[in-house]
Amino acid sequence: MSKLNSLAISDNGFIFKPSTGESFTTNELGLFIIQFLKENKSGEEIINAIMQDFDVDNVTAGRDMYEFLDFLKKENMID
Amino acid sequence: MSKKIYERPILRKVVEGIPNKFGSLKRLRPVETIDNVAINDIIDEYGSPVFIISEKTIRETYKTAYCAFSTRYPKVQFAWSYKTNYLDAVCRIFHQEGSWAEVVSGFEYEKALDNNVSGSKIIFNGPDKSDADLTRAINNKSLIHIDHFDELYTIIEILPKLKERPQVAIRVNMDTGIIPQWDRFGFNYENGEAWNAINRILTDGGIDLIGLHIHIGTYITMSKAYSIAIEKLAALANKTFDRFQKSISYIDVGGGFASQNTLQGAYMPATDTTPSFDDYAHAITTAMTSVNFPNNETPTLILETGRALIDEAGWLAGSVLANKRLADGRRAMVIDSGINLLFTAFWYDYEIFPVQETSFQSEPTTIYGPLCMNIDVVRNNIDFPLLNKGDRFVIKRVGAYTMTQWMQFITYRPNVVLIDLNGKVHVIRKEENKEVFRIQELVPKHLQNK
Ligand SMILES: Cc1ncc(COP(=O)(O)O)c(C=O)c1O
Repeated sequence: MSKLNSLAISDNGFIFKPSTGESFTTNELGLFIIQFLKENKSGEEIINAIMQDFDVDNVTAGRDMYEFLDFLKKENMID
Repeated sequence: MSKKIYERPILRKVVEGIPNKFGSLKRLRPVETIDNVAINDIIDEYGSPVFIISEKTIRETYKTAYCAFSTRYPKVQFAWSYKTNYLDAVCRIFHQEGSWAEVVSGFEYEKALDNNVSGSKIIFNGPDKSDADLTRAINNKSLIHIDHFDELYTIIEILPKLKERPQVAIRVNMDTGIIPQWDRFGFNYENGEAWNAINRILTDGGIDLIGLHIHIGTYITMSKAYSIAIEKLAALANKTFDRFQKSISYIDVGGGFASQNTLQGAYMPATDTTPSFDDYAHAITTAMTSVNFPNNETPTLILETGRALIDEAGWLAGSVLANKRLADGRRAMVIDSGINLLFTAFWYDYEIFPVQETSFQSEPTTIYGPLCMNIDVVRNNIDFPLLNKGDRFVIKRVGAYTMTQWMQFITYRPNVVLIDLNGKVHVIRKEENKEVFRIQELVPKHLQNK
């Protein structure tokens, strides 16, 4: 996950991408997922972690997380 | 340990230099209650979606409007425009406040009678009055606002059979600077048709011409248009007096005041641009007092205000059915209330709020209704917080023309509830079910086999 490590990410969800100079915002869960991605956790592990901390079911958590991964891919933040 | 409220993860690009068209990230505050009653409780009890009407707001709005006019002009009478919202409970609130009834069909006329409005306090407008409608209304001493010559000749024809002298006004259309000019109703001023109609009425001898009526359009934000109209009606009144020595006892300026809903494509929100009742009242009463009516008389000023008196009092609460991404990546939210209930969403950008606390994150969103039709769009593009399936929303200012123009299409129409002045909730129109429709339908015998 070297690509993610090259981003400057603040605690309030502000993301700066030095390679392009672009900025992004994310929310609490976005930050949560990015943290786990940095730790090289699997999709399954992240979903379980989400369910432990947030009031959400398995299906919703999975669907939204994979959608979020798509966004990250589109912005070339992960492979 | 209680878990945190779930909200989908989002990623949003910050486009520098180009300010977000919605301004800075501002948090959309939820609307949790109406008149101190929790919207969630109402949905739990009466289903989703549900229309909610505030009796308090109706009465307060009416009083504000009435005061704006009555403090500036001695003789003011409102007539509640039934088509705007003819739920009996709503009409009766207006009647309790002192409003007469303004109706445009036999159906609305019957509703007004059932709401105990006396015949002489019903104004009968519109192009659609059957012979039977006219006979009943004239015999009840209602005010007949004649729309076209065929109607006038019908009245002349049925005169011998009537028990009362018809009390009539004519509807006049004219150029007031408002586009489009509503010239399909009434008699035109500029081309002399209105004057011809007056001549025809007064040479007959059996009909009393007691008023002049206009309704120059709806959502009129230029109060000057009313002044122009009043000057022209005064000219007609004077001409009538000079020729027939008959004076007009009222001027009815119709409806048309804008509500605080923003029209699609408007640059500024209507809450910043809509004239207040005081603005309209100033323009109208200044015109009424500065023109000279015959004999120095002061005709009664009648107002048929619809939209501006009821929009604010109505809310539509419902639930999110689904979230999706459109092909271009835009976010779409499907809710359980569409244009079947909000016909008016075609021209308004309704304000919509979450019912519960959300984070400050929001995303440009298209809000769709539940119908299987492409045109079922409630908001084309609104910066909206991330609600989940089952979360609830409430749409503001939906009191006018919704509960009359709604369609029974694909699904049933929902409960309408009224919150009274004590915060008690009453169903004032029951949700429909299959029986409602079964009763109306007949199956021919040859199709009845099981
Ligand atoms: C004759 C007449 N009066 C009053 C009204 C109410 O108008 P508004 O809701 O614009 O005040 C209408 C609406 O079309 C109307 O046709």
